[in-house]
Amino acid sequence: MNVPTLAVWKFASCDGCQLTLLDCEDELLAIAGQLRIAHFLEASSAVLPGPYDVSLVEGSITTAADAERIKQVRAQSRTLITIGACATAGGIQALRNFGDVEQFRSIVYASPEFIDTLATSTAISAHVPVDFELRGCPIDKRQLLEVISAYLVGRKPDIPNTSVCTECKRAGLTCVMVADGTPCLGPVTHAGCGALCPSVRRGCYGCFGPMTGANLPALIGQLHRCGMSQGAVDKVFATFNVAAPGFADRGEHDVAPG
Amino acid sequence: MSHRARQLQVSSLARVEGEGALQILISDGTVTSAQLQIYEPPRFFEAFLRGRQHTEVTDITSRICGICPVAYQASGWQAIEDACGVTVDEPTAMLRRLLYCGEWISSHALHIYLLHAPDFLGYPDAIALAVEHRDLVERGLALKKAGNAILERVGGRAIHPVNTRVGGFYRSPTTAELAPLAEQLRHALDDALATVAWVTTFEFPDLELDHELLAVRHPTRYAIEAGQLATSGGLSFPPSEFGAHVVEHQVRHSTALHATLDGQRYLTGPLARYSINSVQLSPVARQAAAAAGLGSTCRNPFRSVIVRAVETVYAIDEALRIIAGYVRPEPAGVPVPARAGVGHGVSEAPRGLLYHRYELDADGLVRSATIVPPTAQNQPAIEDDLRRVVSANLDLDDAALTALCERTIRNYDPCISCSAHFLDLTVLRR
Repeated sequence: MNVPTLAVWKFASCDGCQLTLLDCEDELLAIAGQLRIAHFLEASSAVLPGPYDVSLVEGSITTAADAERIKQVRAQSRTLITIGACATAGGIQALRNFGDVEQFRSIVYASPEFIDTLATSTAISAHVPVDFELRGCPIDKRQLLEVISAYLVGRKPDIPNTSVCTECKRAGLTCVMVADGTPCLGPVTHAGCGALCPSVRRGCYGCFGPMTGANLPALIGQLHRCGMSQGAVDKVFATFNVAAPGFADRGEHDVAPG
Repeated sequence: MSHRARQLQVSSLARVEGEGALQILISDGTVTSAQLQIYEPPRFFEAFLRGRQHTEVTDITSRICGICPVAYQASGWQAIEDACGVTVDEPTAMLRRLLYCGEWISSHALHIYLLHAPDFLGYPDAIALAVEHRDLVERGLALKKAGNAILERVGGRAIHPVNTRVGGFYRSPTTAELAPLAEQLRHALDDALATVAWVTTFEFPDLELDHELLAVRHPTRYAIEAGQLATSGGLSFPPSEFGAHVVEHQVRHSTALHATLDGQRYLTGPLARYSINSVQLSPVARQAAAAAGLGSTCRNPFRSVIVRAVETVYAIDEALRIIAGYVRPEPAGVPVPARAGVGHGVSEAPRGLLYHRYELDADGLVRSATIVPPTAQNQPAIEDDLRRVVSANLDLDDAALTALCERTIRNYDPCISCSAHFLDLTVLRR
């Protein structure tokens, strides 16, 4: 019997997205019955050699050694899926792309010359071809299960690329921006979390990154009408998906308060 | 006795959070070097926190660690509220403690069942353990799920909770919303007591450490989310004096800075907490500890798995107590107006003490940030422990000795992801 093999890889990250796999408490043993976990250092000291049928990649590329390592991971993986904002967009550590990494290094380390780091934090897709990108900081457990199940049977994952607004409406929540005047990134943010923030009367803060075809100028005008300064708007987009195309290039289309 | 040079090397440690390696050098029967090498790439949180608004800091710091995000939020709220002169009311403080109990239950269950127990039972992982003992692994997963249920109900999400902020919460749960949690936790308490009894049957190598211990201590309860600092040597000081006692320095083999307490290596985490605060455990947790053969202190790092199991009992018992006496915070959170100042925060992450310090300007923008995570504090003690374990077991072959070294490291539940990017205090004072 040919049991498909699964590998989990970590680059610069917080471990939260691969922890999501272990957080599938009800499904973990069933998953382990359907495939062989061949390389998952956080969970197992048994490591099987590649190639692997499915590789889940967490984290961004921030060192020269990791830029090489991801190529080896790609070469050993039939299907490569990136999990989370670090792997799909560079993560919060991509704030260095807009600052001075030499200064960053000397703020944190007394002997910065010992520290090997690149000037940028980049998405996996900037280095190797990626078969599927799962969004989120962190990823959503149900979506992870859907992606693994889909690749196990060779179909495309059913992951909507619409906005958080669609999930918010479906959940029957009152719009926090319309009803309370609370700034919310829901209209431009990729669906997937299940509208968690609006469900606690908080505005979405964009941890799933930009949706496809987001209308940033319209939302930015609305954020200003909710009372946000230009500086505050710049900050709210400069978090976990700061380097994601869509959030990163919004300044070119920025509109003044109306 | 070996008269040759030996080198033990593990290039990627397994069943720890983050990326680390291990290198031991032995020459003529003497350990000449023992290094826990942390090569996790740095992410520079303390650098890019500069210039951020005080109200957005804790959403950012939670991303330091996916295993203990509440710890990174909690030490952060405290430090920023301290800087801004805001104190939250008791119902809010209790709801925060409930949330933190969820993280303890979930993280401890993860470590005991999925990361640590396989070492004692001779399995490479919990999946292999489940093939022969499915009921045991299912019990561990049920415990972990109970912790995550608290995090989801109170925090809105298990990893990087969204319902928390400086000043409190966005929306506080109703009493009715917490009721199903209590039902789940009552079952979890039985599972946790069974866990204590189970881990007590493991075989533990003899080892007693004499490191100084450092933990948060609270006047009225087993410290989790807040308190003062206390050492096993009897020293006590407020969070604002942390920097006067603890100094971090950089070593070449690690992207985590090493910390010392008044010039000495020291240990934080379950052994420190238990040894300093065990009298404050609830009766059911104290009873479980006594039945497991723990005295009022525990200094054998291999037995830390028992202490984690006892703390899991306590965290569940405490969560049930908080839910039973729940007063819904109204409003869910208070405003935290910006003002110039410096604030300090300490809390007990599942794997040890976590210190935050922020300097804010009058607009609430961060001028400087210092974060001292537990694994950076523990790294010198872990390396000392490795030296002792290797010295005492030189007759083992390389494979067995290497495995013992890996176990020694896992005793501390190191969280390498969060240890790798922190500021040297001497640089901060420039």
